[in-house]
Amino acid sequence: MTDTTAQGSLTAQKAAQDQRGEEAPQYFASKHEGYHWTAEAPMFLYAVWYLAFLYIPVLFLPLFSFNDSIYVAFPLKGFSLEWYGDMVGTQQLLEALANSLKVGGAVAVLSTILGLFAAKAMTRYVMPGKGAVTAFIMLPLVVPGIILGISLLVITNMVGMPLSLYTIGLAHTLVSVPFAMLVLMSRLEGFDKNLEEASLDLGEGPFRTFFRVTLPLAWPGILASLLLTFTISFDEFILAFFLAGNEATLPVYIWSQLRFPSRLPMVLALGATILIFSFFIVTVAEVLRRRGVGPQAGSAI
Amino acid sequence: MAVTDSARTVTYGDDIRRTSLLFRVNALFLRHEWIRGYTLLSPTLLVMVMLMCLPVFMLVTYSFWTQNYLDIDRTFTMANYEAFFQKPIYVALIMKSIRMSLFCTFATIILAYPMAYFIAFKVKSNKLVWLILITVPFWTSYLLRVFAWKVILGYNGVVNSGLISVGLIDEPLQFLLYNPTAVVLTLAHAWAAFAILPIYVSLEKIDRSYLEAATDLGDTPSERFWRVTWPLSLPGVIAAGLLVFIPTVADYVTPRLVGGTTGIMIGNIIQSQFGKANNWPLGAALSVIVMLMIAFLVVVFIVTTTRGRARSA
Repeated sequence: MTDTTAQGSLTAQKAAQDQRGEEAPQYFASKHEGYHWTAEAPMFLYAVWYLAFLYIPVLFLPLFSFNDSIYVAFPLKGFSLEWYGDMVGTQQLLEALANSLKVGGAVAVLSTILGLFAAKAMTRYVMPGKGAVTAFIMLPLVVPGIILGISLLVITNMVGMPLSLYTIGLAHTLVSVPFAMLVLMSRLEGFDKNLEEASLDLGEGPFRTFFRVTLPLAWPGILASLLLTFTISFDEFILAFFLAGNEATLPVYIWSQLRFPSRLPMVLALGATILIFSFFIVTVAEVLRRRGVGPQAGSAI
Repeated sequence: MAVTDSARTVTYGDDIRRTSLLFRVNALFLRHEWIRGYTLLSPTLLVMVMLMCLPVFMLVTYSFWTQNYLDIDRTFTMANYEAFFQKPIYVALIMKSIRMSLFCTFATIILAYPMAYFIAFKVKSNKLVWLILITVPFWTSYLLRVFAWKVILGYNGVVNSGLISVGLIDEPLQFLLYNPTAVVLTLAHAWAAFAILPIYVSLEKIDRSYLEAATDLGDTPSERFWRVTWPLSLPGVIAAGLLVFIPTVADYVTPRLVGGTTGIMIGNIIQSQFGKANNWPLGAALSVIVMLMIAFLVVVFIVTTTRGRARSA
């Protein structure tokens, strides 16, 4: 790099400097509004392409769920709500839905409470081994689902606990706690510690401080955590697959229907409904969580 | 007030206060912040230990037992591990799973990096919208995202029927579904959000004045990228690599749905030991071996990448 400056002619240097002079301000938002089109069009196009890659494959499910044909193929045959009618009329499916809602609700509450304890401890106190503890709580995010699934299957079998919605719920709690903790940590880091100290100084006990100061401030985070952990449980398949007894959750029911080609359109309708429902909940949760905390607050997830 | 306080002290008596257990515990709590912290953490930690450590420990124990028809023989034996090394198919399958997973990790990071870079550096307004757009798919059903690819790549699927109806091909293309490539593609799509977020966070954290300094000192944009931005974003890239690689090695759903017979991975074999084959101890041993392999690779990966960073710094 030094070569060019040493050997280049004066004009070349000048030109290079000018170029750099133009490049540098791109990093400062105040000087530039919007995109710098000539330099950034390729990146913007890439970003749009990437979003298309993320979203379009999934959008085929809703598209074909309205198609009036039992084959998932182009050309589209016409608009039909038949598959949605099928879906609502299937008793097994409705039972699976009820099971999923039960498990999801319980998991959301339980994992958010556990996540709140952990997030509070992590953000409020100085303690040794914090990094190790965080890594430990995050472990279920990286351990392959199948390993967690069979481990829990083995232990429930040894303890003699029958497989049921409870075993699914426990497994889902395990994978939801890390998310709850991350979401709540980013919220708790965002607010002023002095508010709690002021409350304690003014004579409130730790419990009343928690309920009157911490909880109202953390509320958007708690709501986001409830919604996200509910969605995780509602959509989770592999753990439920190993730990389901006689009662299936919705993803397990979908799995059982994939074997039958004639059920495919109904599965598409169900899948589309679940996707749209999850998208909605998650978007609300994300807006709640990120608003007012700043884009880079706290966690990676 | 002062009178009542002193009166109370007198009635309780100094020695009683000092010896009471509650008082001591209380004093301990007040003196050491970390005790308060860990007490608050303890319910969560307890649940994690019960639901993760104990089960994994039992899985390891199980791998040293043997299946005796319907019963489990609880005498300690290495038989399952011997069976693993005697059958080359298991070793080959683990190697293949690792290879496919590495491909997928690599592809995911390559695809995600420019996107993360774009959001971190180029998006000035509406950053929140972009962030939400890339995080939302991450929370939605993994099963359905994988299933979508089966619909797209199938023999009578979206791609084939689309191409036929446009007139580009006459016969459905058979190479789309049920092979390792389909598995890698599907995995790369399904885990995309896992890669993008850590990379984005590490890029966002970079102090912008470093970039300014590099420019002022004469770096061209590409030099500045390779000498400043890239090294500083490495922690995010490493995290992304681990977050994608570790879970995909033992994935079950994707190879099952889009892999066919050639795209099968070790996760499918493990599952079959707990299902049709009904040899739980062997399945446990296979899982333990997979976990050890993953742990080994992760350590190697972290050591090499951090060394490389130290050298370049």
